[in-house]
Amino acid sequence: MRKVERFMDENNIRVGDYVRIVKVDDGEEAVYEGRVMSPYELSEGETLTIKLDNGYNVGILIDGIKRVELIERPKVSETVSFQEVFPKKPGLPNVTILGTGGTIASRIDYKTGAVHPAFTAEELAKAVPEIFEIANITPKLLMNILSEDMKPEYWARIAHEVADALNSGEDGVVIAHGTDTLAYTAAALSFMLRDLSKPVVLVGAQRSSDRPSSDAAMNLTCSVRMATADFGGVTVVMHGETGDTYCLAHRGTKVRKMHTSRRDAFRSINDVPIAKVWPEGKIEFLRGDHKKRGESEVVVDDRMETRVALVKAFPGMSPGIIDFLVDEGYKGLVIEGTGLGHVPTYVIDTLKRATEEGVTVCMTSQCIYGRVNLNVYSTGRRLLKAGVVPCEDMLPETAYVKLMWVLGHTDDPDEAGKMMLTNYAGEITPYTRFDTFLR
Amino acid sequence: MAEKFDYRELGLKVGLEIHRQLDTKKLFSPVPSELNDGVEFRFQRRLRPTMSEIGEIDPAALEEFKKGRTYIYEGNHRLADLVYIDEEPPRGPDMEALEVSLQIAYLLNAKPVDEVHFMRKIVIDGSNVSGFQRTAIVAMDGRVDTPWGSVGIPTICLEEDACRIVERGEKEVIYRLDRLGIPLVEIATTPDIHHPEQAKVVAKYIGDALRATRKVKRGLGTIRQDLNVSIKGGARVEIKGVQELDMIPLIVEREVERQVNLLKIRDELRERGVKPGDIEEGFYDVTEIFQNTGSKIIARTVKKGGKVLAVKLPGFRGLIGREIQPGRRLGTEMADRAKKYVKGIFHIDELPNYGITELEVNAVIEKLGLGEEDAFVLVAAEEETARNALREVLQRAREAIEGVPEETRRALPDGNTQYMRPLPGKARMYPETDIPSIFLPPEEKERIRSALPELPQEKVERYVKEYGIDRSLAETIINDERDELFEEIIGLGAKPSLVASILIVVLKGLKKEAPIDRITDGHIKEAFQLYLDGKIAKEAFEEIFLGLAEHPEKTAAQIAEEKGLTLLSEEETERIIDEVIQANIDVIRAKGMGAMGMIMGRAMAKLRGRADGKLVSSLVRKKIQELS
Repeated sequence: MRKVERFMDENNIRVGDYVRIVKVDDGEEAVYEGRVMSPYELSEGETLTIKLDNGYNVGILIDGIKRVELIERPKVSETVSFQEVFPKKPGLPNVTILGTGGTIASRIDYKTGAVHPAFTAEELAKAVPEIFEIANITPKLLMNILSEDMKPEYWARIAHEVADALNSGEDGVVIAHGTDTLAYTAAALSFMLRDLSKPVVLVGAQRSSDRPSSDAAMNLTCSVRMATADFGGVTVVMHGETGDTYCLAHRGTKVRKMHTSRRDAFRSINDVPIAKVWPEGKIEFLRGDHKKRGESEVVVDDRMETRVALVKAFPGMSPGIIDFLVDEGYKGLVIEGTGLGHVPTYVIDTLKRATEEGVTVCMTSQCIYGRVNLNVYSTGRRLLKAGVVPCEDMLPETAYVKLMWVLGHTDDPDEAGKMMLTNYAGEITPYTRFDTFLR
Repeated sequence: MAEKFDYRELGLKVGLEIHRQLDTKKLFSPVPSELNDGVEFRFQRRLRPTMSEIGEIDPAALEEFKKGRTYIYEGNHRLADLVYIDEEPPRGPDMEALEVSLQIAYLLNAKPVDEVHFMRKIVIDGSNVSGFQRTAIVAMDGRVDTPWGSVGIPTICLEEDACRIVERGEKEVIYRLDRLGIPLVEIATTPDIHHPEQAKVVAKYIGDALRATRKVKRGLGTIRQDLNVSIKGGARVEIKGVQELDMIPLIVEREVERQVNLLKIRDELRERGVKPGDIEEGFYDVTEIFQNTGSKIIARTVKKGGKVLAVKLPGFRGLIGREIQPGRRLGTEMADRAKKYVKGIFHIDELPNYGITELEVNAVIEKLGLGEEDAFVLVAAEEETARNALREVLQRAREAIEGVPEETRRALPDGNTQYMRPLPGKARMYPETDIPSIFLPPEEKERIRSALPELPQEKVERYVKEYGIDRSLAETIINDERDELFEEIIGLGAKPSLVASILIVVLKGLKKEAPIDRITDGHIKEAFQLYLDGKIAKEAFEEIFLGLAEHPEKTAAQIAEEKGLTLLSEEETERIIDEVIQANIDVIRAKGMGAMGMIMGRAMAKLRGRADGKLVSSLVRKKIQELS
């Protein structure tokens, strides 16, 4: 227990109490009045944080505190009852918004500074009222996890929720998701949702929604627009540029987070985005081949083999890494190779051992942009001979998710190799367009 | 001198809020703190009001958002990185800025907090790209002692400056990013200032403490002083944008005058039995009356299809025209409010005038059915605009019945003030969770406290003692913030008395003649270096400064060269003196040393600024002696 918690215990002080603190500073008494804040998670715990009447927080050294008086303890606030669902307006399309965590919509408690997810219809309507003019919104908080904690079993849960919503008549589904692993989830849903003929839109926010400049509201608005569009498939809708002008809808299997913090971090890789979406409602489809909305019933095919790893090749890498994974019983490896799809030549034999033992080994490139080609250099040709599957222009992350899904369907390595090279969800483009690099 | 008001009797209360930029890196990423008009990129954003603690959004703010106001930001890659375009979490804070703010705290007798917590203060006018200003209390409970009594300094904050506004349009506001993130120290006092002169003393004391750190920025816009002024029965009025210290007493006095006069108007209105409810929103279309008016403004508006609308202000006759500050009337305050919509208003107390005839005035009075004490205000504009403008006038009239409205006002150059906006509501603040709290260990505080910079008063004493310069000269150097430069030049090897006189007498003396603000410290040091290297005479400084003021892009050496101010070598000097002597050889032969004055005069006419006078004099003397 940190000093601050012990101090609060000993003095019977709780978070939220309004207190008067008398402190001795250079022999002089200083008096602070304010509300006790919860101690910062990562602080050493040497100080007590209070919120002064002017709204500022300050930390007070516990060792210097002479006495503390409780002035007022807040009454337990009655829980405000929020409306879960609003009555439907006839004529508007119906969109379900699934919350998985992240703070795409949230509200701030100015007393404590805590940010709460806003996930009742009423809270959402207050945060982003525009979307209720576009569609009848049914919000549902499915889970509340950090996106880095996302797992294949959660992908399956999301897939089932989506299918339930769409098969019961919703016109589209929006999934609010943390941005770190959003693209993985998009890829997973792309493979799991078969016969999908309605929009499934993943959306996130790069700047937290408690700030006036957040990208959350515009991203969400554009997502709901896309969820009502004449489109069927999995897509990621995020800011198209740093300004609050338009969003881009990217294909779920061809999108990647390319910046740690910018609003326009999400980019289509080796592909043209599906559409440009303006919050005011205009949608411009950027390619002729997008799937149109249909009536088919969506089927969830969530069989996944989780013993799959994503391994990056690097100068000086030890073949032991591969051996370790094979010994551990991994069924599939996606290699993020150098350049056209290479590993150090001394690793090739180890990969050969893997394929001989029935492990499916797939090659992608750490260049991210471009297509692998194992015919140009001898290393590539030897990798082909060793049974490595060259994954065309597939993103390493997409190939990783796809391999899990493929191995969930077959344990025959030949069949798995064939399936990896079959285009199921737009993950492979037949040829590389000139205008798809760094855009 | 007898005072204009008995401030104690009036219950004058003044509080100060002083903001000053620090001369460090920006607060939340190591970007230079400079202003630069070069625009290399632009982008567009919108700001949404966020939900309050009770889960509500301010409806007015939301309405504003729905109107679709967009903010355009213009920037320069060197001065605005991703942090300042709100595309990357903040770094920092800049530890130098924090340390300077703690020095200031100690100099103002305040107690630093034990742990600094940065907060987000919501600001959605676009001036902060993020929609909030980051600010933290670094110290509390300071004090300034004055002959009128002690004034408290409850808080000292370290915060980030906002963007500069470039253009405010109806739908679009353009901001420049360079200023965003420059560290600001904000010092607030308690409203315990009870005399206009006391306000200046307190501001001066605080300013001195800030300057003592040598880490504050200088020049226009780097310091912003706000005054909160009220009198008994009046209201708190916040006056923004006071640039000069010397203006503070006058501004306070003028505000007192304004509040006193507004209270008199209130009392008269009450005597006349006027109540806020009497002021009704009734617009009278009086365009007809002005069909053939001599007022050009009205004629033009009517010709374009506009209307002349009038409102009735019962009981206001004679009061709208009443002066409340020199040259400003209640009518001026109404016009200021209406300014959002129209250029100006006409009121009964100033008419007939501006081409409006008595006949027209009487026709309006008749149409509105005004009594002896009733007044009207007219606006000529497109109908909806005119209505909006008159609504503002009616609102100001209602407030006049209550007394003094609480508002934020702008300081005018003559000491008067003008309406800016209503007082801001209570700030909404929450923790800046991207920045860990900063613990200030006692030994760290002690380190800063034991090495505090010299206060200006102490510096004056030192200059007098150490450099042997005049006290008033020393004070001027420090007040003009030339002290740093002064010491640097002395460090180059120049004589203190010369440096002081060149900086204060020569340079400052040129203020009226040339834009000397354009001369940089670097220029001045260059000029002194030329002097110390024997390349120019001290008489040349004036010409060099004039040249640099005109051409700040040039160096002092270039100016000296172009103006022929570089010193001649001893041989060349001697050659010119020889010429003068030869030309006047007869006089020298005749008068001997008696010709010294004349020869010196002729020689200096040719050599002034190009040769040291002492050298010329000794050469002339020698040569005359040789000849006689």
